[in-house]
Amino acid sequence: MTIFAVIVSRLSKAILTLLAIAILNFFLIHAAPGDPAVVLAGEAGAADEQMIEQLRERFGLDQPLYVQLGKYVAGIVQLDLGYSFRQGAPVAELIADRLPATLLLTLTAFVVSLVMGIVFGVSAAARVGKPSDSVLTTLALLFYATPLYWLALMAVLVFSVWLGWLPGFGYETVGANYTGFTRVLDILSHLILPALTLGLFFTAVYMRMARASMLEVSQLDFVKTAKAKGLSDAVIRRRHILRNAILPVVTLAGLQAGQLVGGAVLTETVFAWPGIGRLMFESLAARDYNTILGVFLVSAAMVILFNIVTDIVYRIVDPRIGARS
Amino acid sequence: MWKRFRSNMGAMVGVALLIAVIVVAVIAPMLFPQGPWQMVQRPFLAPFAVDGLPLGTDTLGRNVAAQLAYGAQVSLLVGLVSTLVALLIGVPLGALAGFYGGYVDEGAMRFTEFFQTIPNFALAIVLVAIFEPTLTSITVAIAIVSWPPVARLVRAEVMSVRTREFVDAARLAGLSKQRILIRQVLPNTVSPIIVMASLMVATAILLESSLSFLGLGDPNAMSWGYMIGAARTVIRTSWWLSFFPGIAIVITVLALNLIGEGLNDAFNPHLSRKGKA
Amino acid sequence: MSQTLSIERLTIGLPDGADRPFAVENVSFTIDKGEILCVVGESGSGKSMTANALMGLLPPGVDVKSGRAMFEGRDVLRLSEAEKQAMRGAQVAMIFQEPMTALNPLMRIGDQIAEVFAAHNLYTQSERRARTLDLVREVGLPDPEKIVRAYPFQLSGGQRQRAMIAMALALEPKLLIADEPTTALDVTTQAQILKLILDLRKRRGMAVMFITHDFGVVAEIADQVIVMREGKVVERGDAAAVLENPQHEYTKRLLDAIPTGKLPEARTLSETPALEIKNLRKTFRTGGGLFKPVREVHAVDDVSLTVARGEVLGLVGESGSGKSTLGRTAVRLVTPDGGHVMVGGVDLAALSEEELRKQRNKVQMVFQDPYASLNPRQRIMGALTDGPINRGVPKEKAQAKARELLEIVGLGADAAMRYPHEFSGGQRQRIGIARALAMEPELIIADEAVSALDVSIQAQVLDLLRELRERLSLSILFITHDLRVAAQLCDRIAVMQKGKLVEIGRVDEIFLAPKQDYTRQLLAAVPGADWAQSQEVPA
Repeated sequence: MTIFAVIVSRLSKAILTLLAIAILNFFLIHAAPGDPAVVLAGEAGAADEQMIEQLRERFGLDQPLYVQLGKYVAGIVQLDLGYSFRQGAPVAELIADRLPATLLLTLTAFVVSLVMGIVFGVSAAARVGKPSDSVLTTLALLFYATPLYWLALMAVLVFSVWLGWLPGFGYETVGANYTGFTRVLDILSHLILPALTLGLFFTAVYMRMARASMLEVSQLDFVKTAKAKGLSDAVIRRRHILRNAILPVVTLAGLQAGQLVGGAVLTETVFAWPGIGRLMFESLAARDYNTILGVFLVSAAMVILFNIVTDIVYRIVDPRIGARS
Repeated sequence: MWKRFRSNMGAMVGVALLIAVIVVAVIAPMLFPQGPWQMVQRPFLAPFAVDGLPLGTDTLGRNVAAQLAYGAQVSLLVGLVSTLVALLIGVPLGALAGFYGGYVDEGAMRFTEFFQTIPNFALAIVLVAIFEPTLTSITVAIAIVSWPPVARLVRAEVMSVRTREFVDAARLAGLSKQRILIRQVLPNTVSPIIVMASLMVATAILLESSLSFLGLGDPNAMSWGYMIGAARTVIRTSWWLSFFPGIAIVITVLALNLIGEGLNDAFNPHLSRKGKA
Repeated sequence: MSQTLSIERLTIGLPDGADRPFAVENVSFTIDKGEILCVVGESGSGKSMTANALMGLLPPGVDVKSGRAMFEGRDVLRLSEAEKQAMRGAQVAMIFQEPMTALNPLMRIGDQIAEVFAAHNLYTQSERRARTLDLVREVGLPDPEKIVRAYPFQLSGGQRQRAMIAMALALEPKLLIADEPTTALDVTTQAQILKLILDLRKRRGMAVMFITHDFGVVAEIADQVIVMREGKVVERGDAAAVLENPQHEYTKRLLDAIPTGKLPEARTLSETPALEIKNLRKTFRTGGGLFKPVREVHAVDDVSLTVARGEVLGLVGESGSGKSTLGRTAVRLVTPDGGHVMVGGVDLAALSEEELRKQRNKVQMVFQDPYASLNPRQRIMGALTDGPINRGVPKEKAQAKARELLEIVGLGADAAMRYPHEFSGGQRQRIGIARALAMEPELIIADEAVSALDVSIQAQVLDLLRELRERLSLSILFITHDLRVAAQLCDRIAVMQKGKLVEIGRVDEIFLAPKQDYTRQLLAAVPGADWAQSQEVPA
């Protein structure tokens, strides 16, 4: 298969998946206790009787279920994710506003955790059984067991409250009106704690995978062949083991992107990071289901895109796929 | 098997920690008969500030130690039950897909992939938010987002066992397909399922605490995540309110992970710590 | 002649808890320049450990306890890691058993060969490329320009082994260690690789230490032989002398596994067929779908044959010949696309799934892999009684029968209550045979039933089959890739190639007067064939 064919087939699958999620959303609204119109309008009296009546009409709530479903899905296809009465704005707009912050956070966390995970995993595997390996694996085990929102809170406590090194709140310094490079630096300083605390859990995950994979590959026959050629251990590790070991880690990491996007809800909540995760948290308290479901759909789309990108990278790097047929 | 498990230091530490958490959960009503909700002193008492309150009081003057003990009940219960439910979904689905192959496999795997693509924590939030937070809805939501890896694992295991020659032999003995699947194939997939289940209980506990942290906990059940969430805004003044529940979570999850790894090493001696030999 | 390698009293220790204290004990031998020494032994004999010790590639926990290995005036066992590294690939090179896994799957063949030069800091980039091409040409790989750019998965097993040899030859080593390099290959490919090694030895004058379990291979290439058993050398000498006049009991037993010119006497066969296969066809389709073209393999292509009652018919072919598919179709583990499988008046190919279950006992199978053919979580009794009980035999009767059968196959009745992991490979094959017999079949299909076993164990299982053939007048379809094994047991032999039946006839007809070219090729490729022929003039 050519890369182009792969992209086409993966994209068509992605669209089907997103449609399925839209349908799932529709049934979730109907499964929620109470009148769907009231559910959509959100609780806490944000919508008045007239608005709810409008909603009923718009979604055809007096019509058969499949007509309603058709209308709902048609809306989503046109990127109409509904209206947040709580925030007084279309959900799509709210999300579009917040999406860049989430993308910045999750991508940074993904890259940082993947790089750190591989570096630590590879060095632990190279020193297997030695004290430095034990220290690294124990740390990984510890971070693997730590709730990331708690880690985030503790990081705020230590680095922001006690030491005052880094800001523990927000996306940039409010009211400072920085521009250009100063603004970039300001955002970066705000990014460090959220990205690191979100990434540490995944660093632990990727490090464990990388270490196990390195150890597994180093047992394979071709490593012995490489040794018989007279290559040094360092060269064998770099040229033979590393690439074979890292490929599956990158794929698995791509598949785990979903967890990372989910984890962003927690991190954004702790750091008041103005992304879609924070938006979801705010909507929870307000029972603003339209926004919650919108964020859900968009985060799924993000994950799918992530998966497609890793799949394509994998195909470019591994000669065995694609060349076969 | 047991010998290898028992000689694994990490696993034994895990067992000891887990037993400690279980004991605390069981004797919580005896230690703190007044329950976790009752106000016992003035709020924001630091640890050891007042006798009998080693971990201080929370924002409403409730006993943090009592909250922790009762929280252990919720964590363990939700972790265990949601894992069982996830196994009940994932094992049959994976077994059927792996054993029958063809369209059954195709259908089952599309379904599984779909659930795996959805960011699982986001789905759990949506489910609990829509069905109102109760212990039941939380447990079911965690199970719904946790079963896909089980199905994939069981499918892969069944597919590999299925090609072994003893399965052909069973077919030649005239045994029915159902009987071969249940009596010959599935018993050979039990060990990896046990390993995964122990790790899943750990993940479920983390998920439950994360939901409670966001305010999606059962309002009638004291949980560690809720404690941290409630204390989040006062972290600058009363850090210990967030600190201790977090430690409780880390200890419990770590214990389960250690046990899971110990089981894995015990089941697969040839794979574990090869480099050390 | 000058000595290339001289090993003196080599002892290699195993880690605590192993089944014996030493992998290799007090082993001494020499290899002269330009000489091929075959080290023969079964699994666990310590032959590979000896080779790994020379290369400094012993697994962790295994180490040299005493002895010397003099090579170019130095004791290679006492070199520093850096010196060993400089020696590997340059002065001593090694090739391995599994060509499928011995190459890095993500690296081009040419890069993997050129890497040997890089490892020893020799030549410029362009010289390395040129030399790589020369090597690829020298080992007889087709289209060298294309091969150097190919990835391992694009090459066949034989081609990969040639690439491995090219790598080993890159720096013109004085000594080549070959660890069972042809064991994983088909006979015809094996013959080609052996010829290549002989040619290269002649052209380059290097010494070769060739490890094998197969005396046929010894007859093909060895100048000198040592036979190892449980870490000790039991016999040594000139290849011709050892082959003709073995001294040690163990060597004799190994040699017996190679058929000499004496073929079994043809028995008169019954007229009634136990199995009739008519026009059997099975095609496998892979791929298919939006972007993949459908690929068709005619695994069994219009094959007809019969097995008479009480006959053992050998079905011989190389991998991919369709012989196993034919066997699996005959027991209906695979449903054929067309044709008939008549057993006891019933066409197994035409039965529905439900009817088939009731007729399953008619044909039974003995499988290849002794470690996969028994359920590790089921007692032997269960494996032997599941089928009969399912057919309606009362439990007590089935269990009594199972005990009796375990006695017959030489294991003893108390084996019934044990689990498979308590048995060795050969014992497990006996259990597999008992399991097949428990169903009282009209025909047994043995699919490579002795291929996974060591030669001496193989002989025991073949003895058992021969005995059962007489005692129970069994009809057997004996599938094997090894003509020599087939000759020891079978009445007739059928040869398959690419899904088609090439030739079928009595063993002596096939061996002495083959009619088809392919049969002749197969026979010629059998290692040790010439030597075996010359041993005894057939009657």
